[in-house]
Amino acid sequence: MKNELRGKAWVFGNNVDTDQIVPAEHLVTMDEDELAKHAFENAMPEFACSVKKGDIIVAGRNFGCGSSREHAPRALMGAGISCVVAESFARIFFRNAINIGLPVIEAKLASKPGDMITVNLKAGKARNDTTGKEAEFEGYPPFVMMLIEKGGLVPYTKEMLGCRK
Amino acid sequence: MAKTVAEKILSAKSKKDAHAGEIVEASVDYVMVNDITGPAAFDEFDALCSPILRDKVVLIPDHYVPNKDVASAKQAKKMRDFAKKHKVRNYYEVGTGGVCHQLMIEQGFVAPGRLIVGADSHTCSYGALGAFATGIGSTEAATVFARGVLWFRVPESMKFVVDGKLGKHVSGKDVILTIIGDIGVEGARYASMEVEGGSIASLPLADRITISNMGIEAGAKACMIPPDRKVDEYLKGRVKGRYKQVFADEDASYSDTREYDGTRIVPLVAKPYLPSNVAPASEVDIEIDQAYLGSCTNGRIEDLRIAAKMLKGNKVHKGVRMLVVPATKEVFDLAVKEGLVKIFSDAGAYVSGPTCGACLGGYMGVLAPGEKCVSSTNRNFVGRMGAKESEVYLASPAVVAASAVKGRITDPSEVSR
Repeated sequence: MKNELRGKAWVFGNNVDTDQIVPAEHLVTMDEDELAKHAFENAMPEFACSVKKGDIIVAGRNFGCGSSREHAPRALMGAGISCVVAESFARIFFRNAINIGLPVIEAKLASKPGDMITVNLKAGKARNDTTGKEAEFEGYPPFVMMLIEKGGLVPYTKEMLGCRK
Repeated sequence: MAKTVAEKILSAKSKKDAHAGEIVEASVDYVMVNDITGPAAFDEFDALCSPILRDKVVLIPDHYVPNKDVASAKQAKKMRDFAKKHKVRNYYEVGTGGVCHQLMIEQGFVAPGRLIVGADSHTCSYGALGAFATGIGSTEAATVFARGVLWFRVPESMKFVVDGKLGKHVSGKDVILTIIGDIGVEGARYASMEVEGGSIASLPLADRITISNMGIEAGAKACMIPPDRKVDEYLKGRVKGRYKQVFADEDASYSDTREYDGTRIVPLVAKPYLPSNVAPASEVDIEIDQAYLGSCTNGRIEDLRIAAKMLKGNKVHKGVRMLVVPATKEVFDLAVKEGLVKIFSDAGAYVSGPTCGACLGGYMGVLAPGEKCVSSTNRNFVGRMGAKESEVYLASPAVVAASAVKGRITDPSEVSR
């Protein structure tokens, strides 16, 4: 995982559910590029065609609530999103994101669409470069940090299994 | 130190003295995936180069089976092939199974004190039988196939006490909608809910499953109900293996305790677009296009009986279509045997075999722009059951059936006294 992430903000409110992130009718593939085509297709139709690699989602409370579908964080990764900054996350989305390597940061950062955002994971700082406003966030618990450093749950599990492949 | 149910079960399964806030790796009794979440798990598992813990794995195609299109047919085939390749016995083909959570309970995988994970958010349903159960993602499910363990942050617990005799048409659905309406869709985020009290003890197990099922709609990690004799009776002749009931200590620590007067709970609906947006059914005057009865939330035989009683001798209102989707084969067979299917059919309702189908907007009853549906399901998000301009009103089976008869959202007492 890169330590410093920089990108343009896509701004969402509270309770963005996984049906908004990727509607259920498209859950017939795990291909990230294919899923990305349908990201926010009802909630923000312009997202999928305008999102650029490295862009950052800034949201309110309870981001990713609803279904357990891993398609949701995968669709965002497929769209090129480098990080999600939200006031809080629904727990399954949070776990899924960590497990597949999408940085998710709990911080309140006032932003407008298109603002430039910089997130420094190690320093625990998120900054809106357009307004100059900054927000600090708490680091992950040691176990979660260890998972991230090993590259996610799969590499960790391989190590625990003694798998050499 | 006194413990909550969550702390007790996660302590026992991690062989540690675990308390809220700690992260433990705990041994999982069963891991379930469905035809939507399974395929990603199968790919991840095959990359782990590990033998499979096949007796812990349960594979249930339910979301898009019978296959809705070629893409979903490929996913269902992938599950079938995985079961065959790895000799997973706990695989339920179309015609033998049904909606995963009801099936997990019917087939005896769920029992008090167990730790169960499922790659589906409504896995929390099993808390109604005293199991600590929670929804997970596909990747982590794959690691459980291989190692049988998973990391958990031991959650804080919140207590919800509901006392008092519930009204005639008041169900578990109304109880959980009351709670979600009170605390909001993130009111129990990350927490383990413990729901108890005289009203809960008086409810049939079916209603308690509805309560635990919707804990996730308040953001909960698990939604526990103290097991009792009703749970033991249900599990007799069904449960796989042995089990022991686990209860919270009396002086356990809760982040919040809320009390509700059961006598004041009325039949409710959750209006678009959040399950917390509740109002009494009697105060919501909305004409409907569709009435949907089914899902892991309210597709049990008890739910069908309530609706059939309401529909017997009545007709589904002109211009409304009613869909009845029994959750599993067992429910379907009972509905046939008890004459419920005939009652639904005579009333002009459409009865199908088990599937998650329209609950998540997949197929078998999706809505056109502008259409409104009163539904016994669990989510009413934008576009959940079809077009983004459609609306879903969540309600109990009694409200769904009464509304189907009247053609608008209706309190059950208007149809049956």
